[in-house]
Amino acid sequence: MASVTGGPLVGHARSRPLSQRFRALLLRSEALRGYILLTPTLLVMFLLLVVPLCGMIAFSFFTQVYFDIDFTLTLKNYWSIIKPGAGNTYLGIPFPFETPVYTILLVKSLLMSLVATSVIVLMAYPMAYFIAFRATNHKFLWLVLITVPLWTSYLLRVFAWKVILGHNGVLNSGLISIGVIEEPLGFLLYNPAAVIITLTHAWLAFAILPIYVSLEKIDRSLLEAATDLGDSKLIRFLRVTLPLSLPGVISSALMVFIPTVGDYVTPAQVGGTSGIMIGTIIQRQFGAANNWPLGSALSIFMMLAVTAIVCLFLWGVGNDRIKARGA
Amino acid sequence: MVNNEDSVISLRGVAKHFGAVRAVDDVSFEIRRGEFFSLLGPSGCGKTTLLRLLAGFDFPTQGEILIDGQPMSSVPPYKRPTNTVFQSYAIFPHLSVAENIGYGLRKKGLSKRELAESVHQALEQMKLAGYGSRAAHQLSGGHRQRVALARALVCRPKVLLLDEPLGALDRKLREAMQIELRQLQRSVGITFVFVTHDQEEALSLSDRIAVMSKGRVLQIDSAARLYEVPNCRLVADFIGSMNFFDGSIKCVDNGHVIVDVGPAGSLCVPKIQKNVELGAEVTVAVRPEKVHIEWRAPKPKGNAIVGRIADESYLGDRSHYYVEVPGMIRRVCVAHQNAERFRRSIESHGRQVWLTWSTESAVLLPRE
Ligand SMILES: Nc1ncnc2c1ncn2[C@@H]1O[C@H](COP(=O)(O)OP(=O)(O)OP(=O)(O)O)[C@@H](O)[C@H]1O
Ligand SMILES: [Mg+2]
Repeated sequence: MASVTGGPLVGHARSRPLSQRFRALLLRSEALRGYILLTPTLLVMFLLLVVPLCGMIAFSFFTQVYFDIDFTLTLKNYWSIIKPGAGNTYLGIPFPFETPVYTILLVKSLLMSLVATSVIVLMAYPMAYFIAFRATNHKFLWLVLITVPLWTSYLLRVFAWKVILGHNGVLNSGLISIGVIEEPLGFLLYNPAAVIITLTHAWLAFAILPIYVSLEKIDRSLLEAATDLGDSKLIRFLRVTLPLSLPGVISSALMVFIPTVGDYVTPAQVGGTSGIMIGTIIQRQFGAANNWPLGSALSIFMMLAVTAIVCLFLWGVGNDRIKARGA
Repeated sequence: MVNNEDSVISLRGVAKHFGAVRAVDDVSFEIRRGEFFSLLGPSGCGKTTLLRLLAGFDFPTQGEILIDGQPMSSVPPYKRPTNTVFQSYAIFPHLSVAENIGYGLRKKGLSKRELAESVHQALEQMKLAGYGSRAAHQLSGGHRQRVALARALVCRPKVLLLDEPLGALDRKLREAMQIELRQLQRSVGITFVFVTHDQEEALSLSDRIAVMSKGRVLQIDSAARLYEVPNCRLVADFIGSMNFFDGSIKCVDNGHVIVDVGPAGSLCVPKIQKNVELGAEVTVAVRPEKVHIEWRAPKPKGNAIVGRIADESYLGDRSHYYVEVPGMIRRVCVAHQNAERFRRSIESHGRQVWLTWSTESAVLLPRE
């Protein structure tokens, strides 16, 4: 059988023109088709992600000498971040470094981001649950409504919170006018809480969608099966719904956590001095402080920390479950 | 409709409406303890809806369901003595086979050892030994089906509800599973309520079958009685194939009814109904395999009608001849057992034939 079909066909392919042979190859090879589809993405990724990243890695090994860059490779920038010294304490934890502000800010950023991520996921889950299970007729409308906050720019949304929480802001003047308070509350703006509130508002819509998708994907007969086998609604949620929606929760959490750690717009606008995050310091290195090598080293330092936390998180949450669900 | 001792489920005037759709429409019957009961009917006739009412996923719009003598109108599914095998099997994808099977035992307050023991037994019983640690997605369709069955049976329900559990299997596996299912039901002694749209499956498995159509139950009987003595045209038509002769009652004597079926002549049918009126519009029904083809005019005895062979189809074990009979729109189908090889080479098309059957083979049905 093989000899009958194999021989003549190959000979025939040789005699065809190049374009036809290319098309045949394209139709036959799944991998080639995949790469061709990916080409634009790969190009963009390469130009806008890989190249700058490599540049930054290179820069982190240079030194800034006033307005010039010294191109000799050195670990000095990294050393300046973790160089032991008298140090300082933050939240009762000692940071025994010569310049503890970098590590303190990193930990603080991670914590603030973690809090914001937790709040966001906890708020997004019920909303996603509602749309997936309770909304029967107008799912699409609900989804569109959820994206409405994204229609205005990120900066505008941050400013909006400034207007709401400010000294003469909507909240304060509102409370004064209804007589709840006499003096404007000073603790609303320019602190970590304000940053977390603003971040929560800005990223909530993004977090709802992955959770919604993973909830929507759950076969309804699985829920009925759980009930049938003796689970009340709450138990069923804990034993079936939650574990099956975990992939969505994880991707939501990562999607919010990773970018918010390095955010500098929000802390700059509503954070004040106490709400400062590592992004602010990095941005300053590339701006006012004009120390690109240190800024690069700090960025990479932060990226490594975020990567480590994400890996830890994924490992802790049980990767096998995600795999089982995906298959 | 008395709630006698051995009935485990009784439905009393149960109806379920979805808006204007009457998915289940005023259904009353009893299911006996320990029997293999099937719900059979065409797609969309309300089988699944009825099963969901029993399981408690839906509640009836009207009427009452009693399981084991207890009214179920306010009992949620997780408190009912029923378990369900879903059509899609509904195996939990995030749990292993053993965890799936032990799922319903968690609540029963068993110790870890007892739980593992029960799961192990269930695995053995369902011929799944060694599969306990597999993930759900590593199973074939047949194995999933077994896991679903084991998961439900391990809870020892009073009634097991099965919604087309064999629908997704290929024919060979299906037939093997049918036999296994029947043996399993006998050995565990649990009442099975089995939904299917496959009549052969229902006929071969069930103690009793309820034939449904458009939300109503038409007839509940054993397989043989459903086939041989259908009570209406819908049942007769749905189960197997059937030839119908419409006519009116010409004459009634003791034990027999003579029906005038127009140009084809008159047919004699046994009288099983009590009140038969002269002149009433009726239908005479005869199964294709009960009709004989005579190539020469028979001696006038019993039922005989003349026709012409219009078509024939060869089905291996038998051939179907379609005979045109004057005055009838539908051709009469005759099933002929192919007892000898290559006998069908006889040129039969267009030949005049006589169709005969014994009086006892015909059934008298009311006209619809
Ligand atoms: N949740 C629902 N909402 C509205 N109509 C429904 C609902 N469930 C069932 N129906 C309708 O009720 C009727 C009976 O449906 P059901 O699923 O019980 O049929 P079935 O006999 O199980 O059919 P099949 O053999 O195709 O599974 C159908 O007309 C269906 O459209
Ligand atoms: Mg159905």
